[in-house]
Amino acid sequence: MKTFLKIIAGLVVLGVVALLAFILVPVQRTAPTEQLAADWAPQPGQGEYVMRAGDCAACHTAPGGEPMAGGRAIASPMGTIWATNITPDAETGIGGWSLDDFRAALVDGVAPDGTHLYPAMPYENYRFMSEEDIRALYDYLMNEVAPVRNEVAETELSFPFNLRFGIRAWNWVALRGEAGFHPEASDALQARGQYLVEGPGHCAACHSPRNAVMAQDGVHAGDAGFLAGGVVGDWGAPALHGPASAVKDWSVAALAGYLASGRNVHSAANGEMGLVVAESLQHLSDADNIAMAAFLKGLDGAVGEVPQELAAAPSGHAMPPEPADAAGRETARMLTEAQPDMPLGARLYLDNCSGCHFVTGKGAPEIFPELQGNTLVTSAQTAPLISVILHGASLPSTARRPLHLAMQGYADRLGDDEIAALSSFLREAWGNDAGPVSAGDVAAVRAAAPAH
Amino acid sequence: MARQDKKRDVVIVGLGWTGSIAGIELAREGLDILALERGHDQATVPDFKYPNQIDELKYGVRLKMMQKPSRQTVTVRRSGDETALPYRSLGSFLPGNGVGGAGTHWNGLNWRPQPEELRLRSYVAENWGEEIIPEGMNLGDYPVSYDELEPFFTHFEKVAGISGKAGNLKGEIREGGNPFEGWRSEEFPMPPLPTTYDSSKFRDACLAAGYHPFQASAGIASTAYVNPYGMQMGPCNFCGFCERYGCYQYSKSSPQTAILDALKRMPNFEYRTESEVLRVELAEDGKTATGVTYWDEAAQEEVFQPADIVILSSFSLNNVHLMLLSGLGEAYDPLTGTGTLGKNYAYQMNGGVSLFFEDAEFNPFVGHGANGVCIDDFSVNQNDFGALGFIGGSYWRSGTFNGQPIRSMPLPKGTPSWGAGWKEGIGKWYGHAMSIGSHGSHMAYANNHLDLDPTYTDRHGRPLMRMTFNWQDNDLKMNQYQKSRMEPLAASMNPDVMQSSFKGIGAQYDVRPYQTTHNTGGHIMSETAREGAVNRYCQTWKAHNVFAMGAGNFVQNTQYNPTGLVGGLAYWTVQAIRTQYLSNPRPLV
Repeated sequence: MKTFLKIIAGLVVLGVVALLAFILVPVQRTAPTEQLAADWAPQPGQGEYVMRAGDCAACHTAPGGEPMAGGRAIASPMGTIWATNITPDAETGIGGWSLDDFRAALVDGVAPDGTHLYPAMPYENYRFMSEEDIRALYDYLMNEVAPVRNEVAETELSFPFNLRFGIRAWNWVALRGEAGFHPEASDALQARGQYLVEGPGHCAACHSPRNAVMAQDGVHAGDAGFLAGGVVGDWGAPALHGPASAVKDWSVAALAGYLASGRNVHSAANGEMGLVVAESLQHLSDADNIAMAAFLKGLDGAVGEVPQELAAAPSGHAMPPEPADAAGRETARMLTEAQPDMPLGARLYLDNCSGCHFVTGKGAPEIFPELQGNTLVTSAQTAPLISVILHGASLPSTARRPLHLAMQGYADRLGDDEIAALSSFLREAWGNDAGPVSAGDVAAVRAAAPAH
Repeated sequence: MARQDKKRDVVIVGLGWTGSIAGIELAREGLDILALERGHDQATVPDFKYPNQIDELKYGVRLKMMQKPSRQTVTVRRSGDETALPYRSLGSFLPGNGVGGAGTHWNGLNWRPQPEELRLRSYVAENWGEEIIPEGMNLGDYPVSYDELEPFFTHFEKVAGISGKAGNLKGEIREGGNPFEGWRSEEFPMPPLPTTYDSSKFRDACLAAGYHPFQASAGIASTAYVNPYGMQMGPCNFCGFCERYGCYQYSKSSPQTAILDALKRMPNFEYRTESEVLRVELAEDGKTATGVTYWDEAAQEEVFQPADIVILSSFSLNNVHLMLLSGLGEAYDPLTGTGTLGKNYAYQMNGGVSLFFEDAEFNPFVGHGANGVCIDDFSVNQNDFGALGFIGGSYWRSGTFNGQPIRSMPLPKGTPSWGAGWKEGIGKWYGHAMSIGSHGSHMAYANNHLDLDPTYTDRHGRPLMRMTFNWQDNDLKMNQYQKSRMEPLAASMNPDVMQSSFKGIGAQYDVRPYQTTHNTGGHIMSETAREGAVNRYCQTWKAHNVFAMGAGNFVQNTQYNPTGLVGGLAYWTVQAIRTQYLSNPRPLV
């Protein structure tokens, strides 16, 4: 019995020591993946470009706030996470951080004092960034961003998520693959695209599904779940390859144009993607947007034609709307005939939507999105579709397409039953094949604050 | 004591079509620009939201988008013998208000003048001799030619997104277009829109009569469209709510769809609304302007805004008013012919025929502002002025341009205007009527001019502008000629009832019914400082750093809707500022 107690006591001591070590022993920081020359310095503008590619401002600049001064609330299932101040202010920002400190945050998710960052900071992806880009970004934040004194609210999640040391264990599960970039594509353009998508662009953070512990289920080309479609809040982030890919019928030029301007002949960037276009993608070079598009298309095999650059501002460019195709012909015929006994959803479509999206469901190029085959319409997540009908949607003004294009909302014109009927119609019209929406679904979205 | 703000390179007065054009083109030169807009801000979403925007009572009848006469108006009289009274209730013409100006609530009819119209005095002299010019008519040549303006018309049409079909492509006459138009260097940016039944019926009648029908040139999108600034339009759905409304569907050419969001992105451009410019301030030597003084509605105070360049781009009547108040020239005296400001105010001479068919269904709720088939067979360059006894011409158009029920229920004469008889008439005729319109030229005359009113003042204590205007025999004769040609054509279509509406000789100007908002002239372009208020670059003769945009520059009015010429002249002017003026500010002529 004594022996047994001794063993138990020993195990307890061992456990406590292990727990203390787990909590207190500093995390081993990942070393630079590349040794740069001692006098290496970024090119002018390089660091800002990396900031854009990494979309740092999307989280670290609050609405109406100073650049990079933090304070934006990021909703998570565990509670609100407050984005930190990353200006070089010594007390409230990262002014006291060394390059090694900065790299540890990006690559290992650890602050200089050893505190684990919440993985809302996408170090699962940033860890694939090159040493050059990390150094350039550090240089930009330290020297080109104005220091702003801004004490950001402490993130206070509920138990057990407030115990940040637990993230250490999470990291053992979540962080897979070596730090640094490991190209799969042999083609230099696609490799560049892969780098941007996997690393700074952190596309997988939304477009990959999450696994049982809420880690990204696929961070690397070749991972089974990579960009196979995810969920952000109530919004679906569509699959970007595979049979359900939202972009399977898009050309590289159309996809790159969407990234650069938030709109193309098929679709428009709503919700979070609109912010990504506004803060990040519109500021990237044509070559980089084309590279990402080529890489994404390459995930499914044939890349198709790759343009050298996106078309410059056109000298007046007319784009006729497309006629209905075989899958959409029957719906188009019903809407055109406009029989008084047509179903309610179809009638509401005719009265409210067809002026822009047409009886064909094809919309009009670059301005009114296609509804046929539109993943926002057919997604298992119905809240975005309902939200767009209720509250409208808007696209950011971009250099390439400056029109602040907005769709109006219909919350004041259509009731829950009507929006349910309309949504259900859209989800089965023109060959769309998705289940109906209930009035209760609409009521729930109406009761929630508009997401975008 | 007025507040004084920091000096700008350019101050723009009025943010409609021409203010937006000047803004974006000069902002691209890197200049620091402030635009001052009297009215409110407005954008497609949320301000033109469907279906709220297509409220005919609010916008079509009660004119919610227009200038409020209590804030700004003119006084009107028909001749020097009368006492002018304030235009207190909008009727004859509807100046716009707010960002986008008239470019937001127009119908979208975008025409170029015929080349002959820009050198009309020479054209008359060469063909019939100056002796056919009636006493009292101030017939002039524009100091700029069609050939010079052609690239700028083309560019404006690309920016504005115009649908149509070229009839004269670099001199080659093309089937389906207007054979009598000036040459075009390029095809229209967008193809023509589909036509409605009334316009097809009119086209058939015109072809049978040997005329040359073509579709109106439309600032209405027939396809999705991206313009040279990357701005966008979506295809029109023919709802019929164009004039007096903002377009909820990004389909109508306007500063909102063509320019403003691109302009607002530019860090060196700023605009302020509810900021009404009261006068342009001149330097002591009177040869340049030092800036403008405006009323800041939010701060309830006057502000002096210094600037190196002043662009006057408010509505034509407001431009003239500001110039008169600021001493940017001498007021025109019709008796002596001296002075230039307020000279050659002109308008439009319109008429039409309504046709009623018991058995035809026109679906009048389907249309758009620039819908229709036109002919130019009786236009300025087709008419024999010597034989006909007038100078001028018109274009004809037929096509539903207004699907709005309150104001668009034409009834045969004699139908009761209320009660059971009216109801019966509406029941019988709604949807069974079509019309053909004649949109005619208007010459300039000594009698028709603008000056400051001796009696009435506005809320800032400034004298109102006085409009002296009446119809003149030359234009009325032109109108009667159009009637004599249109009635037989209309009769050939075999309507059950047909009625004409053309002003006849002796007609007096009536300011109450709506006629048109094509108010032109008043700060006209001229070869010399003696004849007009601005030179060929629309630079004021008085102060070389003041440029005046818009239809106030028209020497006399053309037979067409003015926007195409206004837009072309605006690009012509900013080109002169960019390439000639900025490097060496001076009088360019």
